[in-house]
Amino acid sequence: MRIHSTRALAVATASLLTLGLAACGGTSKGDETGGAGPASTAQADPNAALKEGLKIAFLPKQLNNPYSDVLAGGGEVAVGELKGEYKLVGPNDAAASSQVSYINTLIQQQQDVIGIAANDPNAVCPSLNQARQAGIKIVSFDSDASKDCRDVFINQATTQGIGESLAKMANELAGGEGEIAILSATPNATNQNAWIKVVEAELQKPENSKLKLVKTVYGNDDDQKSFQEAQGLLQSYPNLKVIVSPTTVGIAAAARYVSSSNFKGKVAITGLGLPNQMREYVKDGTVSKFSLWVPSDIGYLAAYAGAALASGQITGAAGEKFTAGKLGEYTIAADGEIVLGPPTEFTAQNIDQFDF
Amino acid sequence: MSELRGRLASWDSAIIGVTVLVLIGASIGVENFGNSSNFTFLILDLLPIALIALPMTMIVITGEIDLSVASTLGLTSAIMGDLWNRGLTIETIMPLCVLAGALLGAVNGFLINRLGLPSLAVTIGTLALYRGLALVVLGDAAVADFPWTYTGWVTGTIGGAVPNVLIILVVLAVIAGVVLHATPFGRSLFAIGANDQAARFSGINVTRTKFWLYVVSGAVAGLAGVLWTLRYSSARADNGAGLELAVVAAVLLGGVSIFGGKGSLWGVLSGVLLLAALQNALRLQDVSGQALNIVTGVLLIASVLLPNIITGTRNALQKRRLRAAVPAQSS
Repeated sequence: MRIHSTRALAVATASLLTLGLAACGGTSKGDETGGAGPASTAQADPNAALKEGLKIAFLPKQLNNPYSDVLAGGGEVAVGELKGEYKLVGPNDAAASSQVSYINTLIQQQQDVIGIAANDPNAVCPSLNQARQAGIKIVSFDSDASKDCRDVFINQATTQGIGESLAKMANELAGGEGEIAILSATPNATNQNAWIKVVEAELQKPENSKLKLVKTVYGNDDDQKSFQEAQGLLQSYPNLKVIVSPTTVGIAAAARYVSSSNFKGKVAITGLGLPNQMREYVKDGTVSKFSLWVPSDIGYLAAYAGAALASGQITGAAGEKFTAGKLGEYTIAADGEIVLGPPTEFTAQNIDQFDF
Repeated sequence: MSELRGRLASWDSAIIGVTVLVLIGASIGVENFGNSSNFTFLILDLLPIALIALPMTMIVITGEIDLSVASTLGLTSAIMGDLWNRGLTIETIMPLCVLAGALLGAVNGFLINRLGLPSLAVTIGTLALYRGLALVVLGDAAVADFPWTYTGWVTGTIGGAVPNVLIILVVLAVIAGVVLHATPFGRSLFAIGANDQAARFSGINVTRTKFWLYVVSGAVAGLAGVLWTLRYSSARADNGAGLELAVVAAVLLGGVSIFGGKGSLWGVLSGVLLLAALQNALRLQDVSGQALNIVTGVLLIASVLLPNIITGTRNALQKRRLRAAVPAQSS
């Protein structure tokens, strides 16, 4: 009996392998590209009026994530202005495939627009294309889906835009000359490294020639480590004028250290931060200026872009223009990208207008 | 014995009845539930659970469990992505992935049946191990450029109404149903689950039978991994994470006893369909994800509790009847 079943396994294995070998000359990587989405043949009519009563659904990476909630909240405001029907759905976990069932449901419910922050740019693709075949417009935001399967992508900020903003604030706070340092997240954080590269390039420009980047340290996005790194920087470089921290954890930790030390008022802290975390340091004078994109504007812009698509004002082609309520006019860039704009700067004057 | 069979039959028919009622109710009461594209989505959603539930039913009937299935799915998905990146043809990769699944299942089978380790412990171990290996194979990368011929087939339909993948499911379900309910091998599984010592003494090779169940379980999980990867056009190490719980939930809801020896494939398939249809219908009604979890949880507890209550009441009634009958006979 044992021999019998071993032989059965051997036969099964052999036949599977034969099947595999026989299939040589089959399809391998690069032979065939994936099914592209429906090509847009529609013509944009820039004068078309925005339709009322559009069904606009938001599908963030997962529900009950504070950041996603703020994003979608901006969308809700915009849908209200557009007199549309707002809906927020989403999975409990951010697994690659868990958004697909929700997309399918939205197709069934015949929504006009789906705004999605994709957990996996490719896993959502087949169902997003099904949605587009059903006439639904797809606006990706926060985290893009593959560009073959969405109409436009709301890019919160370009790498260049953030880097420039960081360099500009450093220059202003240093008074045009002196030593600056960077407190980053982890040494291999993709976003931070890209921004830092732009800052370094900006420092080569004549208007920044008197600024000297003395050191980049890494707080690993850990509060305590960032605190200690900030402390270390100030001890090693007593003439330091500005610490630039392009991470919300780093900037808050550095501000906390400086506000409780005798460097307060002598060293400026700036970078990318959350108004709610930074409010007390702005009020006590430790921090005079920092920046970030406003998350609710992303959702707001996504809703307007979706409405413009569904109303035929735009098709997603480069160069088309539309107006997004209070944010003003936007032009679509290459690959259907819509850039939200330069990050918003927060100061003692405007910080109380923001709650996130 | 006939009592037992009666109770089983009643639980199976109850769950099938509830499923039919939910399907009819949702078709009438929930807009867009009953149309053909939603049917395709429903089948695609339940496919991996239903496939893996087939061998899982047999394993649970023998009184064992296999919790490593979702990790096996993830590892075969990762292997599929890696081999595709290495330039193998998809036609070679797919059978290799099923074979890889079978080998992973054989590792479980060996540890459990040759070394005599408890299946719960072993498969919790390989649950972590296989998921870890999947991360070693593919890291956090995703491979997405699978050929449209295959990805399109998996999500496609015959004539817009019957999902292609339903063919695979029906064929495998019929094979599993025949094997479990109409062959001596199938009957031996119930015997093992009821009392494996007795099964051994009556000439059933318990060790080998269970070993092959794990091999089949792994192979089917491998197949599910291939289909999952093609459906989402995305080979990732974290594919299918947590799916083992959905499978076990459906198996238990379908009336299979976690202690072994009882259950039917039809009950299990109804269980799979019931859970998937409820989730689909509730989602169409904009019920939030948390509420969906609550519904699943309550159903599961009910499925374990209700048969116990029924048995308990029946036993109590029987005892009373016996007590009443004894003096009557003596007089």
